Amino acid sequence: MRAFTTHTGTAVPLRRSNVDTDQIIPAVYLKRVTRTGFEDALFAAWRQDPGFVLNQPERAGATILVAGPDFGTGSSREHAVWALNDYGFRVVISSRFADIFRGNSLKAGLLTAQVDQDVVERLWEIVEADPATPVTVDLVERTVSAGDLVAPFDVDDYGRWRLLEGLDDIDLTLRQADAIDSFESTRPSWKPRTLPVLS
Amino acid sequence: MGTTLAEKVWESHVVRRAEGEPDLLYIDLHLVHEVTSPQAFDGLRLAGRPVRRPDLTIATEDHNVPTTGLGQPIADPVSRTQVETLRRNCEEFGVRLHPMGDASQGIVHVIGPQLGLTQPGMTVVCGDSHTSTHGAFGALAFGIGTSEVEHVLATQTLPLKPFKTMAITVKGQLAPGVTAKDIILAVIAKIGTGGGQGHVLEYRGEAIRALSMEGRMTICNMSIEAGARAGMIAPDETTFAYLKGRPHAPQGADWDAAVENWKSLVTDEDAVFDREVVIDASELSPFVTWGTNPGQGLPLSANVPDPKDFENEQDRVAAERALEYMGLTAGTPLRDIRVDTVFLGSCTNGRIEDLRAAADVLKGRRVADSVRMLVVPGSVQVRLQAEAEGLNEVFTAAGAEWRGAGCSMCLAMNPDKLAPGERSASTSNRNFEGRQGAGGRTHLVSPQVAAATAVTGHLAAPTDLAGEPALVNA
Ligand code: SF4
Repeated sequence: MRAFTTHTGTAVPLRRSNVDTDQIIPAVYLKRVTRTGFEDALFAAWRQDPGFVLNQPERAGATILVAGPDFGTGSSREHAVWALNDYGFRVVISSRFADIFRGNSLKAGLLTAQVDQDVVERLWEIVEADPATPVTVDLVERTVSAGDLVAPFDVDDYGRWRLLEGLDDIDLTLRQADAIDSFESTRPSWKPRTLPVLS
Repeated sequence: MGTTLAEKVWESHVVRRAEGEPDLLYIDLHLVHEVTSPQAFDGLRLAGRPVRRPDLTIATEDHNVPTTGLGQPIADPVSRTQVETLRRNCEEFGVRLHPMGDASQGIVHVIGPQLGLTQPGMTVVCGDSHTSTHGAFGALAFGIGTSEVEHVLATQTLPLKPFKTMAITVKGQLAPGVTAKDIILAVIAKIGTGGGQGHVLEYRGEAIRALSMEGRMTICNMSIEAGARAGMIAPDETTFAYLKGRPHAPQGADWDAAVENWKSLVTDEDAVFDREVVIDASELSPFVTWGTNPGQGLPLSANVPDPKDFENEQDRVAAERALEYMGLTAGTPLRDIRVDTVFLGSCTNGRIEDLRAAADVLKGRRVADSVRMLVVPGSVQVRLQAEAEGLNEVFTAAGAEWRGAGCSMCLAMNPDKLAPGERSASTSNRNFEGRQGAGGRTHLVSPQVAAATAVTGHLAAPTDLAGEPALVNA
């Protein structure tokens, strides 16, 4: 996983709440068996509307998405995170994220910065007034800044540490192999198995 | 101080706990399907890692499978590749698979309980948000993303931060004709699509105790629609009776040991939940959604709401957009909304009792000429059982289509889709924009309402039908 410390880029104001993962990436795009190449799928239905914010020329190259509350609800599809990554986003800012989406983002190096809704509103105003305004998201300091706005954002300590270090979760867990072995040795024998086990 | 059911299951699965780190939790059962697993198996291959516990892992084909022309290869080449990829991965990594054509194939959340693999007190995960279904057995069951699928395949564990707990008490009794689906739609409308965020919901109270396992699964299934990580219901005699004799249920002395353990899986009297919500079952009536998220629902007797009446700015904007997308006008009675398609199926309401309830309504009646009705059993076994009971004949005699098992029009990854602008009454769980096909409009309903709607051509409850049949609770 790529590490994340601080990032500066331009932002897209997405004035919608309850952006579910079916909107972020419709199900037809989930048939692919690869982990990359989903940039065309991001917000595919909404992008058909020429007026949609991502289609505005001044939003080209933006790397930060600022959305309304309850972003990433619905399906567990990690493809939603991959599509945001592939399109070029490094950060999503919202006042509330769905749990599974937030977990998935962390695994794929996409920062979900949770701020108060009034910070979202101010960011929308700032980047709508001037789309070229640079927005900085600093994971070390846990702040987001744009123009004269500086606001703290929420991210849990452990997740922050993993993002800063770019650490692979599976490697970390495999260091605990002894603990897993010993837990397994105490599991009740009546717990179900899906296969006959030869032993 | 006592502990809640969710906390008990959590505590009994902690492999490792360290200050400042998430708990490492052991996973008892990992369910796998074709859509969210290919990249996870790829990751294992790249790292040269095996599946740690193939004997705690099971796979099925459900999201992409066609529900007609069974036995033929899948026509869509991209869907076919995905299914074939799953088959190759399962073979290479030694994972048991129930492919199309297998007697135990079906929607992943239907087959786990049906096989007796889902049991009280277990931790169950799947790369699918509706894994919450399995909480109906008193299991801690939740959806995960593909990176976590890979993590569980490799380690049989997940690092997790503890969830908060919320009690949802449904007191009193349901009126006849009001179902589990109506309870959960009312709960989501009450607490909102973000209301359960970070929480495990425990459903309790008289009305929940009175539900069958199938009704309990319907409720837990849609916990995710309230933003919750999981839903749970404490196991009881109803649970044990459902499990007894299933292929993977414990037997003999093991059964006794298991039941003794399962009986301890209740929230202590003095346990404290982070949040409590109480709902009076006797005030509930058939519930339908009018908008584009599952929290936008109302009793069938209500009218399409006026966005101006929402106090909160976000809710008002969301309602305006929803009405525009849904092609609805504020003030229209919900009963006047005409539909083109009725979909009976999905992991929410595609089990045998759901089919029975709908067939009861359809018996001796006809689906309106203007309506297409699809009946898609949740699994091959549900289909065979329904056929043994003659339900398929009730459906086809009424003019509905009797299909093979799968997810089908719940998410329109297979050829079963709504056309742009088409409107459905659907027993599934999501009414998001385009969920059932680009431009499609979805109203979420119970199986009974689905059947009555199919007959009248507009949103309706069985009580709206002439010569109304005896009502049954489900
Ligand atoms: S039936 Fe629908 S909700 Fe259930 S697993 Fe299939 S696609 Fe997901």
